[in-house]
Amino acid sequence: MKDWLIIIGLLLLLAAMLAVSLLAGRVWLPAADVWRGLWAPRGDLAAIIVTQLRLPRAVLALEVGAALGLSGAVLQGVTRNPLAEPGLLGVSSGAALGAVLVIYFGLATHFAAAAPMAGLAGALLASMLTFALGSGGGTITLVLAGAAVSALAAAGISLALNLAPNPYAAYEIMTWLMGSLVNRSWMDVALVTPFILFGGALLLASARALNALALGEAQAQSLGIDLRKLYALAVFGTALSVGAATAATGAIGFIGLVAPHLVRPLVGHQPSRVLFPAALAGALLLLLADVATRVIPVGSELKLGVLTSLIGTPFFFWLVVRLRKMAP
Amino acid sequence: MTQLDAANIFVRRGGHVLLDGVSLQARSGEFVAVIGPNGAGKSTLLSVLAGLLKPDSGSVTLDGNSIAGTSRRKLAQRRAYLPQNPRCEWPIAVERLVALGLTPILPAFGGLPAGFAVRISAALEACDLKQHRSQPVTTLSGGELARAMLARALVGDPDVLIVDEPMAGLDPRHALDTALRLRNLASEGKLVIASVHDLTLAGRYANRIFALRDGSVQGDGPTASTLTPELIRRAFEVQACVSGSGGSLFVDYVGP
Repeated sequence: MKDWLIIIGLLLLLAAMLAVSLLAGRVWLPAADVWRGLWAPRGDLAAIIVTQLRLPRAVLALEVGAALGLSGAVLQGVTRNPLAEPGLLGVSSGAALGAVLVIYFGLATHFAAAAPMAGLAGALLASMLTFALGSGGGTITLVLAGAAVSALAAAGISLALNLAPNPYAAYEIMTWLMGSLVNRSWMDVALVTPFILFGGALLLASARALNALALGEAQAQSLGIDLRKLYALAVFGTALSVGAATAATGAIGFIGLVAPHLVRPLVGHQPSRVLFPAALAGALLLLLADVATRVIPVGSELKLGVLTSLIGTPFFFWLVVRLRKMAP
Repeated sequence: MTQLDAANIFVRRGGHVLLDGVSLQARSGEFVAVIGPNGAGKSTLLSVLAGLLKPDSGSVTLDGNSIAGTSRRKLAQRRAYLPQNPRCEWPIAVERLVALGLTPILPAFGGLPAGFAVRISAALEACDLKQHRSQPVTTLSGGELARAMLARALVGDPDVLIVDEPMAGLDPRHALDTALRLRNLASEGKLVIASVHDLTLAGRYANRIFALRDGSVQGDGPTASTLTPELIRRAFEVQACVSGSGGSLFVDYVGP
């Protein structure tokens, strides 16, 4: 199938999903009101709901989903491991720890950019630690290094919870960790957009090197690929985009794992051609999940990160079973 | 005319000397078989010659220019390298795998230029892979995969081809087929350097033997005068009997 057909198809689905996400919620809005609210914001209730609540939330979902899908595709290409994703390599946990520390010390209330910056720093440290520990020893070592870094970050988060000055702070950290897009404003969008765009550009720049790396490190090097540059693009691109995304929404797992797998067979498995469609698929998945949290009738609103984990884990099981079948 | 020179190469790793002052001058038209027992330093030497491993001392030059001072991309345009048991990690189509060989000459942006499709087809044809063109690489047999990797290495039309154990793990027919291909490439004017375990194949198809043991050179010269029982005893510590010559040369191991 032609790549542009797949991209157009995904964009159409994304547009449809975006429309649904503007209509759906505790209050279902008529399409006419949404349309009017978008173009002539006169300050009536529908217009406020659409432009101040649902649209920034949807845009944030698009950006975060795209960042997760794209970084998942790049990390799977770099590690040549279909199980790789930002979460598995400790990037998400590192970002979560950074943001949790900021919440814990109450910095986020003084300085709005503190959470994304801390998330970024945490993601950067975690990914550098993972690659320093695990690169050069094959993909299994890298995944193990990611697990170790995740465990370290999880220990830090537990410590913050343990020492939380009051139950309210602990509760705030807990809910934040579950991942959510509720009450996100244009301010949040503005904070994370530059990081996600720049990180995304770095990730996309790794495309051609990823193709050559399919042949292994020795052959990629012999083809003129600078492996250190490739790893730097992957590490910094992931840290920037996923770090900022996690700081804005909390930890959202499995989008980065699932999105590349959904599009990979459509583009003939070539790593470079997976990247952009994986970003679109990630955006689509997260938007879909966010709409689902709003329309699934449970007592309190379902947390986004909880939902993606509930849906993503069976997929993870399926992937492991498939890998076991393929193993000799 | 291509000239690849390695002068006085030393490589040490963790207190072990892997290459102990190895020198080699090779030029186009030669098929150099690098022979030696396990751990002799064959793979290390090939990595150094390919410019992938920087020696602790000594230099490698391609047509007089140091390869350490040549950009990766420039070097990749002139020499192709295949490691032992090359693999492809994703089930991409065979033609896509072969196209990866064009990575060093791709323009900075955009897809595959139209003229490149012709080169890919030619490489597929030269390696008898036409009917496997759109088959996923991961479903190829061992012999087919070896041919696909060779096509990947040849599609960029390199002057120097460095291959680590191209015949390892292949059945007799595919091993013969690969050896013949390498010899034909040398006859066409390329410089082929390959490590070979099967001395009979090396003796029949390579026109030059380069023997290593414990990182030092045991013998280097035209196959007929170099591949002798004395050399084999020196390099491998086995009694061997070399009979026939040229295409009917045969190496048999008599005893330790």
